[in-house]
Amino acid sequence: MSAQGDNLLKVTDLAVTFDSQEGEVHAVDGVSFAIAPGETVGLVGESGCGKSISALAILGLVRMMSNSTIGGSVEFMGRDLLALPEREVRRVRGRDMAMIFQDPVTSLNPVLSIERQMTEGIENHLGVSHSDAVKRSIELLETVGIPKAAERLHDYPHQFSGGMRQRVMIAIALSCNPKLLLADEPTTALDVTIQAQILHLMKQLSRDYGAAIMLITHDLGVVAGMTERILVMYAGRIVESATAKELFGHPHHPYTVGLLRSVPRLDEPRKLTLQSIEGLPPDLAHLPPGCAFAPRCVLRTEQCRLERPELTPTTPGRLSACFHSDKLMATAVV
Amino acid sequence: MAGDPYAVPAVPQAPDGSVAPGAAGVPDKPPSTGADGDGGDTLVSITDLKVHFPITSGVIVQRKVGAVRAVDGLSFDVLRGETLGLVGESGCGKSTTGRAILQLEKLTAGQVFYEGADLARLHGGALRRQRRRMQMIFQDPYASLNSRMSLGHIVGEPLLVHNLRPRGEREDRVKELLNLVGINPNTINRYPHEFSGGQRQRIGIARALAVEPNFIVCDEPISALDVSIRAQIINLLQALQRSFGLTYLFIAHDLSVVRHISDRVAVMYLGRIVELAANHELYGEPFHPYTQALLSAVPIPDPLVEERRRPVVLAGDVPSPASPPSGCHFHTRCPAAQKGLCDVDDPVLREIRPGHFAACHLVSAADYPKIRSAEDRAAAAGTAAAGQTTPGGDAS
Repeated sequence: MSAQGDNLLKVTDLAVTFDSQEGEVHAVDGVSFAIAPGETVGLVGESGCGKSISALAILGLVRMMSNSTIGGSVEFMGRDLLALPEREVRRVRGRDMAMIFQDPVTSLNPVLSIERQMTEGIENHLGVSHSDAVKRSIELLETVGIPKAAERLHDYPHQFSGGMRQRVMIAIALSCNPKLLLADEPTTALDVTIQAQILHLMKQLSRDYGAAIMLITHDLGVVAGMTERILVMYAGRIVESATAKELFGHPHHPYTVGLLRSVPRLDEPRKLTLQSIEGLPPDLAHLPPGCAFAPRCVLRTEQCRLERPELTPTTPGRLSACFHSDKLMATAVV
Repeated sequence: MAGDPYAVPAVPQAPDGSVAPGAAGVPDKPPSTGADGDGGDTLVSITDLKVHFPITSGVIVQRKVGAVRAVDGLSFDVLRGETLGLVGESGCGKSTTGRAILQLEKLTAGQVFYEGADLARLHGGALRRQRRRMQMIFQDPYASLNSRMSLGHIVGEPLLVHNLRPRGEREDRVKELLNLVGINPNTINRYPHEFSGGQRQRIGIARALAVEPNFIVCDEPISALDVSIRAQIINLLQALQRSFGLTYLFIAHDLSVVRHISDRVAVMYLGRIVELAANHELYGEPFHPYTQALLSAVPIPDPLVEERRRPVVLAGDVPSPASPPSGCHFHTRCPAAQKGLCDVDDPVLREIRPGHFAACHLVSAADYPKIRSAEDRAAAAGTAAAGQTTPGGDAS
């Protein structure tokens, strides 16, 4: 983050607002972060915290939604994607920046063969002939571990299982050697043993291809093993940013503490009761004036109710949006 | 644990007289722990439960061309006051099992005894009276509440159906139930859409509790909920169990949650139970290769642990329950499978140690296969024969 020119992606003050019947919904509210080439970053949060919308905004897909307004900038390889015309963004999307979505059932087109869906992007982005694109597709399918790739290429999505479909999605995402891979809950729809396969594959491929990965998930276990740096989102804002080891070892935001404590762990002795975060996630159309987490926070004071804490440095390289981070820093461990 | 650096163990299977017990399609012995016999501690007893869904073909005349064997011969007991966890991957038949126990699915074969009464033989009013003792909490709190009914109706309907309280007392009872699950009783006239997922799940729990059941099937009750809400619901379920002496069949795919909440755990694969044991036994020393692989695949929310964790990555997908593999259903993915044995003989769920059951040919009281990751096998091979031994002469 220190050296400005090194960033592959630099998101500054990203804000996405939707008009709804209940008024303006601030789905993403001033999010800033950067990703270096080859870095793996986790974006963690619960449903409705704005993590998926952030990814869609980065991909330039939010502006297609009619009731949205988008602010800030998304600088990717030196160009602000939000300022570019759609035609230009389309050259980047799917090529330098690729995505894997949560649900491999709905993200593949059911009436097109895998061949058609794979070669389309390769031909358009790399300008190669169809037969070369087919060759590359077969290679890619083999890379992601699909047996009899040349035969399976003619199949349709329904002929693949969930795990296999996600492999196809990964193959499509990798087809143009992306610099950045946005993976939105890539294993949430999959079973544990299949999840292990896919995570293993993603790790291997990010190493081989040198692509940066932004992994969006609610699963703390998945980010712990997959990412170097983690951003925690709550109610449209980043509330904590740290390396994975720092964050899990010693969180500086009470929401992160709550999340970590509320999950039972296989490697720890059983507890009688889980420590839960009380209350409910806030309604994004009616956010409290102060800290959005304050109503559920054990450390809240009068200040939290009135003022909104900014994301500020706590220790070198770490950020937390809490007035009471110093109290958490003083205590020993989670 | 210690020693035995081989991925594939010797098979000391001979001593117990090969595969006698379940030989001629006779049901496996019903695994109940400790106090056996009829009644006793057993609340629900399931014997050779089978639920097959027909696959039909033809437009006008529907011919049966096959069957999806969703549940294929389960026998187990649920003891009074315990939480029995039922885990497995999607499609393994765990939800169907839960529904079949409550007679929400038609049984193809087998029996379900509730306090000694065979539920499959009960019909109409008699079944409804028994059902009052058994309730279900569903996975999706958005689909399981009627959006056109107010909270008062949703929670009060079971009281009406079973004629439990005099009309005048029903509203008070509904309020009491809502209070119990942490919903403001003054919201009795509101509708489900006004509540969040976690709150709806609480309402679903209140509805289940309305008839004062003894036994509740919890079918993935938290998997549709947000991370910060899950702990709340788990704590609520445990508190209710303590205050009302409830018995749970807790169906889930999240192994960490099942470990937290269950007294005993059953692992399912393709319509069968492959292992059943007390919580600490199953998580501490899993016998079945599938259980071992499942447990090793669970990511731990701690980067330091994750660095060292070496998951067993099982090859391939779960086969279709419409045409399960021959012999042991798991043999197609099992790193320890032995040709001529596992792909031919169907293993029976056997009691390996007191209360610890496993359905695997390679498991005996003395030994069982220790499934290891590719990295571990490579490391072992490297240290064993310092040269370039190809790792994994056993698997893949």
